[in-house]
Amino acid sequence: MATWIEACGADDVDAEDVIPFEHDGHPYAIYRSPADDYHATDGWCTHEQTLLKDGLVMGHIIECPKHNGRFDYRTGEGKGAPICVNLRTYPVKLEGGTLYIDVD
Amino acid sequence: MASVTEDIVIVGAGECGARAAMALREQGARGTITLVGDESLEPYERPPLSKAALTDDREPSPVTVCDRARFAHLDIAFERGVAATMLDRTAHDLVLADGRRLHYDKALIATGARARVLPVAGGHSILTLRTFTESVALRSRMTPGARVGVIGAGFIGLELAASAVTRGCQVTVVEIAASVMARVVPAEIAAIVEARHRDAGVDLRLGTGVEHVEHVDRPRPAQRLVLDDGTTVDCDVIVAGVGAVADSAVAAASGLTIDNGVRVDRYLRTDDPDIHAAGDCCSFPHPLYDDRRIRLEAWRNALDQAAVVARNLLGADEAFAAVPWFWTDQYELGLHIAGLPDAAVTNVVRVRADGATLLFGLGADGRLVAASGVAQGTAIAKDIRIAEMLIAQRTLPDPSALTNPAVTLKSLLV
Repeated sequence: MATWIEACGADDVDAEDVIPFEHDGHPYAIYRSPADDYHATDGWCTHEQTLLKDGLVMGHIIECPKHNGRFDYRTGEGKGAPICVNLRTYPVKLEGGTLYIDVD
Repeated sequence: MASVTEDIVIVGAGECGARAAMALREQGARGTITLVGDESLEPYERPPLSKAALTDDREPSPVTVCDRARFAHLDIAFERGVAATMLDRTAHDLVLADGRRLHYDKALIATGARARVLPVAGGHSILTLRTFTESVALRSRMTPGARVGVIGAGFIGLELAASAVTRGCQVTVVEIAASVMARVVPAEIAAIVEARHRDAGVDLRLGTGVEHVEHVDRPRPAQRLVLDDGTTVDCDVIVAGVGAVADSAVAAASGLTIDNGVRVDRYLRTDDPDIHAAGDCCSFPHPLYDDRRIRLEAWRNALDQAAVVARNLLGADEAFAAVPWFWTDQYELGLHIAGLPDAAVTNVVRVRADGATLLFGLGADGRLVAASGVAQGTAIAKDIRIAEMLIAQRTLPDPSALTNPAVTLKSLLV
């Protein structure tokens, strides 16, 4: 059963960038790719307690701002040291200029 | 020609040695891999030792780089709690302090660095911080109200000061230089951090040296710091963060060239083609800085060199050229540096809309050679990361674009 939560407006996040979103005390990261599709992952890096919201997005990669661990934000796949654990991703949908995320 | 079936020993089980061991397997090494470390713990990350390990409410546990299960999975032998003595280069054996010999085809020296000890009378009571055990010992002394004396206002000294303040200690920092972090951080950025420490109530004694340390019983028992300006500071605990020296003992005993640490070429090879060195223990020529020989004491460098040296141990010829990268967290502030600020002849400043300050260092030819900045948490990291890429690309940026916060740094990338 999907639980769609309103996360942000489509224009709140720039192309090839990330913004934070919090729901029920849980941080998420919302991405907009260079081709303007949207994605969502957990807000915490899986390596150490660092929020990804200040990380650099290049193409489809988010890089942790503290230790430079990299993930493909579309799949959550970790891209080598120091990352050992993949990032959880969440489905998103765009309706009328508003982005929703399925937090289930 | 190196082969993937060769047996490899790694001397030193810190961040660099452990990362190299894992990277070797991931790169297809099929010979034995033996990691030798003189600590009894599994390899762990050192950056938290001066920060979260001291300030977290819960008792700290080591942040492990590689645990027993992963070593087993990757078929890496981990010899813990045993010091290495030397590499017998004729026999191709690593000699251990307990007398055992481990044969190698290729060896990696990743022995790291040791905390420098302050050579003053009474200095035996001064603590240093390098290991998890030392962090736990320090934590037990940083009780609320404790008088903590910190010698040295570099990254470690200031992180310790911030952690001690967070734990409710009364903190004095003594620094021989006229400003904090003078060795690595541009003055404009250092001043922001210095002001934050003063706001937090840290008694900063800059331009002041330590004469000696003595034990006193009155007015209450203390380790008394006697300073070279004639003043004294009574402390319950004194800790020094006065730099580190490369741990090159094994390399020296093996007859390898020492030059501010283990001397390696751009491929991280020592003067013995079967022995490489990486991480805090080695000095290497950096191609982005006219092949200037540098030695870096940095987490990121340990990780980056581990990856490159693993490939080179398996026969690649990859020059190490990563842009130096440092960070420090003090209170809520995060300071990030890319490149070598002392290579700059001019600096230009960008002040972002959120008030964060960035400083860009330009070389004599106008090339971007360094960038540093400080902001809340990790808010500066993205800009410094882009600057790192600009440095690697040997960019000649328009200084007016660097100072103008309306111009995104990403737009300057080639």
